[in-house]
Amino acid sequence: MTKRFDVIGKPRRRVDGRAKVTGLTRFADDVMLPRMLHCKLLRSAHPHATIESIDVSRAQARPGVHLVLTGKDFPVTFGILPVTQDEYPLAPERVRYVGEPVAAIIARDEQTAFEALDLIDVQYRPLKTISDPKEALATPEPRIHSYGEQGNIHRLQALEFGDVNEALARADHVFEDLFFYEGNTHLPIEQHASVAAVDGEGKLTLWSSTQVPHYIHRALANALQIPPAHVRVIACPNGGGFGGKCDLHNHEIVVSKAAILLGRPVKICLTREEVFYMHRGRHPVLMRMRTGVTKDGKITGMHTQTLLDGGAYGGYGAASTFYTGVLQTVTYEIPRYKFDACRTFTNKPPCGPKRGHGTPQPRFGQEVQLDRIAEKLEIDPAELRLSIVAKPNTLTANWLKIGTIGLAECIRKVVASSDWKNKFRKLPEGRGVGLACGAYLCGAGLPIYWNKMPQSGVQLLIDRSGQVTVFCGATEIGQGSDDVLAAIVAEVLGIDAYDVRCVTGDTGLTPVDLGSYSSRVTVMMGNAAIQAAERLRELIARAAAEHMETLPENVGFAQGRVFRADDPGKPMSFREAIVLAEEKFGTLGSVGSYSPPRAPGRYKGAGVGPSPAYSYTACVVEAEVDRNTGWITVPKVWIAHDIGRAVNPVSARGQVEGSVYMGLGEALMEEQVFRRLPPKLSNALVHKIPSLLEYKSLTSLDMPEVFTELVEDPDPNCPFGAKEVGQGPLLPVMPAVANAVYDAIGVRIDELPITPDKVLAALEKKAKGETPRVGPESFPDVPYPEPMLVPPPWEGGDGNSVNTPRRRPVKKEALA
Amino acid sequence: MMRLPWFGFRSPRSIVDAAKILAAEGPQAMLIAGGTDLLPNMKRRHQTPATLVSLRQIEALKKVANGSGVTLGAALTLNEIVANAAVRERYAGLWQAAAQVATVHLRNMGTLGGNLCLDTRCNYYNQNYEWRKAIDFCLKKDGEICWVATASKRCVAASSTDTAPALIALGASVRLVSVQGERDVALADLYKNDGIDYLTRRADEILTEVKLPAAEGWRSSYWKLRRRGAFDFPVLGVAAAVRTARDGTVEDARIALGAVSSRPFLTKGGELLIGNKLGDDAIAEAGAKVASAAKPMDNTDLDLYWRKAVVAEFVGYALREIRGDEMRETRVRIARHAL
Ligand SMILES: Cc1cc2nc3c(=O)[nH]c(=O)nc-3n(C[C@H](O)[C@H](O)[C@H](O)COP(=O)(O)OP(=O)(O)OC[C@H]3O[C@@H](n4cnc5c(N)ncnc54)[C@H](O)[C@@H]3O)c2cc1C
Ligand code: SF4
Repeated sequence: MTKRFDVIGKPRRRVDGRAKVTGLTRFADDVMLPRMLHCKLLRSAHPHATIESIDVSRAQARPGVHLVLTGKDFPVTFGILPVTQDEYPLAPERVRYVGEPVAAIIARDEQTAFEALDLIDVQYRPLKTISDPKEALATPEPRIHSYGEQGNIHRLQALEFGDVNEALARADHVFEDLFFYEGNTHLPIEQHASVAAVDGEGKLTLWSSTQVPHYIHRALANALQIPPAHVRVIACPNGGGFGGKCDLHNHEIVVSKAAILLGRPVKICLTREEVFYMHRGRHPVLMRMRTGVTKDGKITGMHTQTLLDGGAYGGYGAASTFYTGVLQTVTYEIPRYKFDACRTFTNKPPCGPKRGHGTPQPRFGQEVQLDRIAEKLEIDPAELRLSIVAKPNTLTANWLKIGTIGLAECIRKVVASSDWKNKFRKLPEGRGVGLACGAYLCGAGLPIYWNKMPQSGVQLLIDRSGQVTVFCGATEIGQGSDDVLAAIVAEVLGIDAYDVRCVTGDTGLTPVDLGSYSSRVTVMMGNAAIQAAERLRELIARAAAEHMETLPENVGFAQGRVFRADDPGKPMSFREAIVLAEEKFGTLGSVGSYSPPRAPGRYKGAGVGPSPAYSYTACVVEAEVDRNTGWITVPKVWIAHDIGRAVNPVSARGQVEGSVYMGLGEALMEEQVFRRLPPKLSNALVHKIPSLLEYKSLTSLDMPEVFTELVEDPDPNCPFGAKEVGQGPLLPVMPAVANAVYDAIGVRIDELPITPDKVLAALEKKAKGETPRVGPESFPDVPYPEPMLVPPPWEGGDGNSVNTPRRRPVKKEALA
Repeated sequence: MMRLPWFGFRSPRSIVDAAKILAAEGPQAMLIAGGTDLLPNMKRRHQTPATLVSLRQIEALKKVANGSGVTLGAALTLNEIVANAAVRERYAGLWQAAAQVATVHLRNMGTLGGNLCLDTRCNYYNQNYEWRKAIDFCLKKDGEICWVATASKRCVAASSTDTAPALIALGASVRLVSVQGERDVALADLYKNDGIDYLTRRADEILTEVKLPAAEGWRSSYWKLRRRGAFDFPVLGVAAAVRTARDGTVEDARIALGAVSSRPFLTKGGELLIGNKLGDDAIAEAGAKVASAAKPMDNTDLDLYWRKAVVAEFVGYALREIRGDEMRETRVRIARHAL
């Protein structure tokens, strides 16, 4: 337990740091190949229409144009989840949002390709458009897709863990609140780029900005109907992903096909506008939360209902829908829980996973509601939370297994560092503090396609030169996964992290890892890396032991030396030890792999939510609000994150601060919003502001001081105890801002982003004696199905459902 | 990446040569100074000039002349304006405006002349070609309808220059030079309330310099409303300049507004102050008067009613700063940095 580490836990420059700051990192856009051609996509100018005809002859005749592709060239649908194969690389018959690719031009340069786009003649027949979930519910026809639950409803879920109505009836107080969380996008600084090329044998290689080369490998081979063994996907280092590079994207398939047809490399670099159209970002979610509490603040039961605006395609939406409910239970003790969710299709770019995938929205609602509960019960919000924090090594009502939980420590830390006790409800009017918490997965328990194989594999190469090369399919997206990989291998082998070479994210060279999503990499890749490195260390120890005339167990590895643990005075170098091992065993190498533990839940849907561990965060935000203008300033944020153990505290803090940055953006300004023109004059439904200038996110000048603390309570399921830090710290930021605004000026803004005009509107209501609140006023009638009933563990269940629910038919009014 | 359309490029060394090229090429030619407004617009195909006439090599446009007032060459970069001691000490409003344009990088390129001639802005217009195609374009460029005011025959895009309102409040004039000669116009008269044809400058004229009158007795201030501490164009600019007698009585005052109309303009708020002291009531009264002249439209960032609702408050900030109130904290909250 008290083992000293040489690498783990030491603040270090990350192993890819120098290349990043000196401009040597080769992103996908930097890939230049001889005879390379360039691709541009013609995108639909219509939000919803059937394609009557496409005439490409003028474009084809343009000098410099090598190839024009349309939907006819791509007969097979694709989609990242096996259950939602609803997209075409180029739309053949129907377009569903402005920005959907319709045709592609491959030309000698980008300019020529761009200019030729205008020469493609497409005839559209416009269809009625649907702009939000309420409209989708009220407009079953025309259907955006012919599959789904009914009308324009993509997914419906209903799960009930114990009788929630009974639990609410028993409560001293029942709180019912509506919240709305506007959609927003990932905004990675690197715009997506891809280069495809075929080798002499006709085999395909794709370099791409992707977080998930393995999933792309599978899906691309399927989309092109070629054997996966003839496809190699190389994930270049990403300039940020945040979930926006987790889907197989149209352009990746298009340039691959073009490279195969032309026998020349083909490149595409998306513009910022196009990245907004690809989107796959945060779902706009309307929420209703009903929570019963006793008078001393214990939760008796909770009911969460969500309504998601999915955009035009499925993508990861089926998973997102689950995530708007399943992780509500892992922070506090909630003995009974019910969750209804509905995802609708609309004529907008598809939504999907963004940092926190589906959970920031309900977390916002839950944490703001807790603030209300604390106020009503006259309990300090920090004390209230401390009294209901979930216990370690327990199951939740929905059968998730909580291992370690450092949440109470996080709360205590931010309470102390922010001087909460002297600030909450005590600062002068116009200044306030707000507190909130959050939790997140350390890797989703299940892969996106059903299989029993490992979720991460690591391979080690080591030879007489002393070099150590580690191969893993994990992808460096800026989060520092290469550094984690090098550090873990270095720690086990007792060498310097900078002496480990990482080869990652290349399906032609590296063992499968499912990719950089769901905060899974440190835990899964890390465990696999430990196994691989330990296997190799074992061989080296045996060879060295023989030489040193001792037992392998008595061989120590540290600081590039191998020595007798009982007599460290006469070490040999790591390299000498390898030579001994190579002499004894022949060529050296090892592999390690990891599969997460089996989840206890057995009901249908129990696959979403389980994780080897959960990370926890608490955050206090201070806000200043001007009562005349509603102008909001955040001068300081205190945040504590339960990370288990920080592999590299510098990168870990970077992730926490980056989360605060993103969280404040979502709380205060970011919104992926759309504009409909007057219907009498136009059918247009467009992204309002697809540009980095007008889509507002914080600049460095808007960023407050952040005081970060890491809580280290090593988790036995995690490598050296290390949990995730990439997503969790985002979650409490948004509700903490909302709670701080309330403390400052006494108005509730129950929808994000919290903008000065909303604050001013709420202040005006307050002045008139109305409820000082801005937020959703109603929740539409959603045909949620009869819930699947699963008794919670303490009510005698075995993790299975006790009924087979039937779907509720659509109400007549909804059809009208 | 978005690519520029093809164009010819000329780089004359004197104002006379530049004027000759403009006269010869006609309206197909456009001047380019820093290019920070024009080049992004060209990428979005708002302007597709056949020829660009660069002002970068013309040293005569980069001069600062100190007399009773100050004369600033049009091709001085905004950061050169910000670094100029005379501007900083005597024309605080201009200094504050220039220092808040865009970002430090853009101010290294962007010029004063370019800032004054900046294209008007609208979020139905400042979009790339494909986006505008999806709304079937608009009146300002390639289309028939103004989507902001569908009944309007006129484009209501917003004047978005920061320095113009500051300079108007300071009583500046500009010189326009063409092959036909030169003329000086009060800066306020350079603008027309028309989002398309927003300048009274003729296509063959070069804006060569900006003249500021003597600053004795004047104090000035500029407050900019925008979402963030950098990058963003103003969605409201309030510029005030006030001359007071020793006892604090206002002898002369001008309050100009930016970004709430297709032109920056002088309001009647200043006149209300004359003869009064800058007391809270007088400031509030002037604020209300100025606010009534603001006509923000739904074509920029932030809610339009809210933008209108805060005009008076911003006028108050400017006048209180001129009065000598301690405004630094408010400034940091609004501008996100000290000015
Ligand atoms: C991200 C971004 C943010 C910005 N934010 C702001 C902001 O906050 N506030 C703001 O005011 N501006 C802003 N700008 C616009 C621009 O950077 C500045 O206005 C700058 O001062 C323009 O000067 P320029 O020399 O680059 O102009 P150019 O782009 O070279 O020219 C602009 C226009 O003026 C004409 N022109 C230039 N010089 C002359 C001359 N001497 N005589 C006659 N016509 C001339 C050109 O023909 C062109 O039509 C921003 C721009 C960007 C890209
Ligand atoms: S104000 Fe109207 S005409 Fe002018 S740019 Fe905007 S939409 Fe176009």
